[in-house]
Amino acid sequence: MGKSIVITSGKGGVGKTTTTANIGTGLAQLGRKVCLVDADIGLRNLDVVMGLENRIVYDLVDVIEGHCRLRQAMIKDKRMENLYLLPAAQTREKDAINPVQMQELITQLKEEFEYVIVDCPAGIEQGFKNATAGADLAIIVSTPEVSAVRDADRIVGLLEAQELYDPKLIINRIRPEMVRKGDMMTIQDMIDILAIPLLGVVPDDESIIISTNRGEPAVMDKKSQSGQAFRNIVRRLEGAEIPFLELDDNSVVGRLMRMIGVGKR
Amino acid sequence: MLDFLARLLKSSDNSSKDKAKERLRLVLVHDRALLSPGLLESLKEELIQVLSKYMDIDEQALEVNLDKSDDSVALIANIPVRNVKRRH
Ligand SMILES: Nc1ncnc2c1ncn2[C@@H]1O[C@H](COP(=O)(O)OP(=O)(O)OP(=O)(O)O)[C@@H](O)[C@H]1O
Ligand SMILES: [Mg+2]
Repeated sequence: MGKSIVITSGKGGVGKTTTTANIGTGLAQLGRKVCLVDADIGLRNLDVVMGLENRIVYDLVDVIEGHCRLRQAMIKDKRMENLYLLPAAQTREKDAINPVQMQELITQLKEEFEYVIVDCPAGIEQGFKNATAGADLAIIVSTPEVSAVRDADRIVGLLEAQELYDPKLIINRIRPEMVRKGDMMTIQDMIDILAIPLLGVVPDDESIIISTNRGEPAVMDKKSQSGQAFRNIVRRLEGAEIPFLELDDNSVVGRLMRMIGVGKR
Repeated sequence: MLDFLARLLKSSDNSSKDKAKERLRLVLVHDRALLSPGLLESLKEELIQVLSKYMDIDEQALEVNLDKSDDSVALIANIPVRNVKRRH
C-alpha cells in the first residue's frame, strides 16, 4: 500500500503545481512508482508543467463517472517508466466529484503506486475538500509573504478539522538577497509563526520558469538550484536527514559562523 | 564585517520583514481564535466556573471578545456581577 500526499496552500499561485511536478518527478528518479493527480478541476495545469498536455484523452472526472477505466486515463511520463499523471477535467467544475469518490480513487491508486501525489486547487472550498480527502500526509506550500503565511495557517486548522495532522511546510520563492537585507521573512520566522515542521526551502529561481516553458521539471536539471532544493525535499520524504540549503544567510559573517559551527543548522 | 554591522543596525530599526512578522502575529491571534470552533465558547464556560467561586455573575449576559487595534489584540470580557460572596 502506497502513501498519498496532498500539496496544498490556501493562497493561489504560490507554487503547488510546480512542487507537485518536481516532487513527483524527483521520487520517480529515485526509482519510486509515482502517480500524480491533478485535482484542480477546471484549471488544469499539471499536464503542461509536466509537458504531457498533448497526450490527454480521458481525465479524472471521466474515471469517477465511469466513462473509462482508471488505466485508460493515466498518462505515462515521456521520460520515466514509473511516473504517471491522472489529469484534471478542464471543462467541468469542482463539484463534479465529491470527497468520498476521491478517497476511493486514491485508495485504488495506492494499491498500485508507492506514492500518489495530489495537486490541490487554491481556496478552501469543495476543491480543497476533494483534494485532501484521501491524503495520508499534507504538504503546505507558502511563500515568505504575509498573505500566503496567513492562508497557510488557516489551512493547518482546516486540515486538522479533516483529521489530517502534522502537515509539513515548504517555503517557496525565497530570495536570499532580500532576506539578508531584512526585507523578507527568514525561514526561522516562518517556522516560528506556523509552528509546523519544515520539509524544504526552494529559492526564487529563473530555472523554474525555463523548465516550465520546456515542460521538464527543474528537479531533472542537475545545475538548477531549485532543482537541488527539490531533490533534497524528495530525499527527506524518503526519510533521509539532509541539512537545509543555507539560503537565508549568505553573508560573509553567516558563512564564517557556520564554518566554525555557530549559527543555525 | 560591514555586513555584520549593517545587520545589527537593521534588527533594531524597523525592517520590512519585522513589520511583516509583527502584522502576521497579530492577525493570526485573531484568525486562530475566531476560526477554531468553540475556543471562545469553552473559554467562556471555564471563566464562569472560576468566577463563580468568588461572585455571582450573570451568565446569560457574559460577553467575551477579541478586540483588534492597530498594534495589539486584547481579550475583552464583559461580565455583569450580581453579587459578591462574603469572604471569611
Ligand atoms: N521557486 C520559484 N521560482 C520562480 N518562479 C516560481 C517558483 N515557484 C513557482 N514559480 C512560478 O509561479 C507561478 C505559479 O506557480 P504554480 O502554478 O506552481 O502555483 P500554484 O500554487 O499551483 O497556482 P494555482 O493556485 O493557480 O494552482 C508559475 O508561473 C511558476 O512558474
Ligand atoms: Mg496549481
